Amino acid sequence: MARPSLTRLFGPIREARGVPKWVVIAGIAITIAFVVFALFAPWIAPYDFDTYRTADGVRFPKQGHPSGDHLFGTNVQSTDVLSRVIYGARTALEVVILAVIFSLAVGLPLGLISGYFGGKLDRVLLLVMDSLFAFPYLLLAIVVAFLLSDRLGRGVMTAAVSISVVYVPQYYRVVRNHVISVREETYVEAARALGAKPRTVISRYILQNVIQNVPVIATLNAADAILTLAALGFLGYGIQPTDAAEWGYDLQRAISDAGAGIWWTGLFPGFAIVTLVTGLTLLGEGLNDVLNPVLRRRPIQAVILPERQSRLPAGEAGV
Amino acid sequence: MQKKPELNGTLLEVKDLKVHFPLRGSFVERLVGREPGSVKAVDGVSFQLQRGEVLGLVGESGSGKTTLGRALLRLAEPTEGAIVYDGRDITRVEEREMRSLRRKMQIVFQDPHASLNPAMDLETAVGHPLSIHGVTKDKVDMRRRVSEMLERVGLAPADRFLTKYPGDLSGGQKQRAVLARAIMLNPDLLVADEPVSMLDMSVRAKILELMIGLKDEFDLTYLYITHDLATARFFCDRIAIMYLGRIVELGQTEEIFANPRHPYTASLLRAIPEPDPAKGIPRDLPRGEVPDAVTPPHGCNFHPRCPRAFEVCGWEARDVRDLLEERWAGMAEQEFTREQALIGDLDALDEVSEIARVPSTEGVRSRHVVELLERIRREQPETRLWKGARSIEEGGKEALIQFHEGLEPRHLVVDSVEVECHLYDDEARGRAEEHARKGRK
Ligand SMILES: Nc1ncnc2c1ncn2[C@@H]1O[C@H](COP(=O)(O)OP(=O)(O)OP(=O)(O)O)[C@@H](O)[C@H]1O
Ligand code: SF4
Ligand SMILES: [Mg+2]
Repeated sequence: MARPSLTRLFGPIREARGVPKWVVIAGIAITIAFVVFALFAPWIAPYDFDTYRTADGVRFPKQGHPSGDHLFGTNVQSTDVLSRVIYGARTALEVVILAVIFSLAVGLPLGLISGYFGGKLDRVLLLVMDSLFAFPYLLLAIVVAFLLSDRLGRGVMTAAVSISVVYVPQYYRVVRNHVISVREETYVEAARALGAKPRTVISRYILQNVIQNVPVIATLNAADAILTLAALGFLGYGIQPTDAAEWGYDLQRAISDAGAGIWWTGLFPGFAIVTLVTGLTLLGEGLNDVLNPVLRRRPIQAVILPERQSRLPAGEAGV
Repeated sequence: MQKKPELNGTLLEVKDLKVHFPLRGSFVERLVGREPGSVKAVDGVSFQLQRGEVLGLVGESGSGKTTLGRALLRLAEPTEGAIVYDGRDITRVEEREMRSLRRKMQIVFQDPHASLNPAMDLETAVGHPLSIHGVTKDKVDMRRRVSEMLERVGLAPADRFLTKYPGDLSGGQKQRAVLARAIMLNPDLLVADEPVSMLDMSVRAKILELMIGLKDEFDLTYLYITHDLATARFFCDRIAIMYLGRIVELGQTEEIFANPRHPYTASLLRAIPEPDPAKGIPRDLPRGEVPDAVTPPHGCNFHPRCPRAFEVCGWEARDVRDLLEERWAGMAEQEFTREQALIGDLDALDEVSEIARVPSTEGVRSRHVVELLERIRREQPETRLWKGARSIEEGGKEALIQFHEGLEPRHLVVDSVEVECHLYDDEARGRAEEHARKGRK
């Protein structure tokens, strides 16, 4: 059972030609690199994210230039920039994975129910979700982070929840709209005609056909979520600096360095953000092209048009 | 398997069934509170289905065949009327109860490709009815039953097909799988909605043969929906002819073909494509489009296209518009311009009314419009519409054509055939003769 569905998922990647294939592969490569950093941070990074002195108690240089000991230099708190960048990947992926799980866990069922049953419930949910969506997303995340910080502290969990609140409406919307179109399919009516309960119809006939879109939205939203997390950190509403390394926070601390010609404290975290976001976006767009047969590009054949015969006098032809 | 005796009573009875789909009016219309109207897909249909028979439901596209079939299984909500299945009124039965009833009533849709979940393999799809109704939960038993059924419908060896997805199958194979799924629970009634119309010519006959075999083996009763009279003749015991939401004629297949009563049936029969196209038999399906089902024609639905329509068939203003437009379409430009100059905006005729108010153009006396209409009548006295016209008069800025009162055809039984047409209704004919007599005086 599992194998055919795996080949069904990856079949299109193999079949895809030209640009989309390379886009996906580049996206996969970048994403995998960051996942490796995240998983093996303690082994890859030379120091802990908050280490500011050697084992013998010698303090690292403050804002030290990149050197043999500190490849990316050190920052104003004397911690190792390279280590912080690597540990930052871990934080980012933790938060983003949690956020994707949370927003899926809420958005998917709501979208399914709302789309399948329609009616009043659908209208109310749609209104709520649309107003959430219309709310400036960063402000929304900040408000939620602020409200949650009392109960959950300012850790990974709080960041993940406040980010998922931003993305729930998107999952909801995409799933709901897709359900509404799938609901009209003959095979859904056929399932009803067999006597299937709504729950069975949704889980066995609709979900499977709606879920295909989810990897695409999830990767695209993950890219976006990285930016939101960084923005939260940058504005000081993110993860407690003592809890984890976080790129946005590092960027914020690096602002004053930039004027003084200390480029390494800002460049490397910034570069990490841009690379990961690009990688995830490429992956998402590529998956979209590859998995979505409607958009899949076919080799275009040159069309030979007959000589154009303009009826207009030569002078007016360009108008 | 226990055989049910042939034709032992009524399996399904439909009484004056209506299925209307409300139109979603525009926002403004809803604000103003105007009724947006509804599509009268099925508009008063009655028939009975005997156990073990094959009833054909034949009609042009849009006549409401699919909607009627769906309504029988409560997949479309009946607006009015009653559906009695096996002695039980199921018109308003709750969805929950309906679910268990669906073991006994199945439907096969026109498009086999769309009827199967693309993400479900055949074993799961064909076996799903068993798990839905809790017939068996045992994997081995399920596989055995599914395999048997697949082989029965000609998907053999079953092992090859169990793991296939719909995308891997041809149209004919898919329709076989759909049939297997429908028969799985051993139903009594199978509604087959144009089951072969989307398949290649070469496989159509085979699928029909399969359906005949299944019917005998599983004691099925079929409602066979089609727009193709030729396959209906081959397949059905009785045939119901549907037009614009109504069954206009219903009878034994041989009788319908040998002696069509309703003018619509007669024209459909003449329209059956000849096997030899070189013969060039004129295909005279009644002229004109099928009118829309939101505001169906007055009186008899079929009167605008009926070659035998007469006084009481329901003549109305919209027919005058059709008459003028058709006349002008076949006219030399000069004459057309001259006639059109007299008559104002034809939209004035777009209402359901037994008085047609033909407007005159600004500054044209309505007398000229009346004269024009009189001339048209003299030129084409055989046009059916004039039978219905009682008088043509001047009236202010318009010419008024007053029609005889239109009657709705009643449900009649003529020599074992059910038919809805005034030609067989003595009362309606009497009324028409009276009108005609008065007209001559
Ligand atoms: N769900 C629906 N909502 C609104 N209108 C509908 C709906 N289903 C069908 N109709 C309308 O009802 C009328 C009858 O449709 P139906 O599909 O029953 O015709 P049909 O005889 O099966 O035609 P065909 O031969 O094309 O399948 C059409 O005018 C159609 O547009
Ligand atoms: S009632 Fe009969 S004759 Fe009159 S229009 Fe209808 S079909 Fe024709
Ligand atoms: Mg149909």
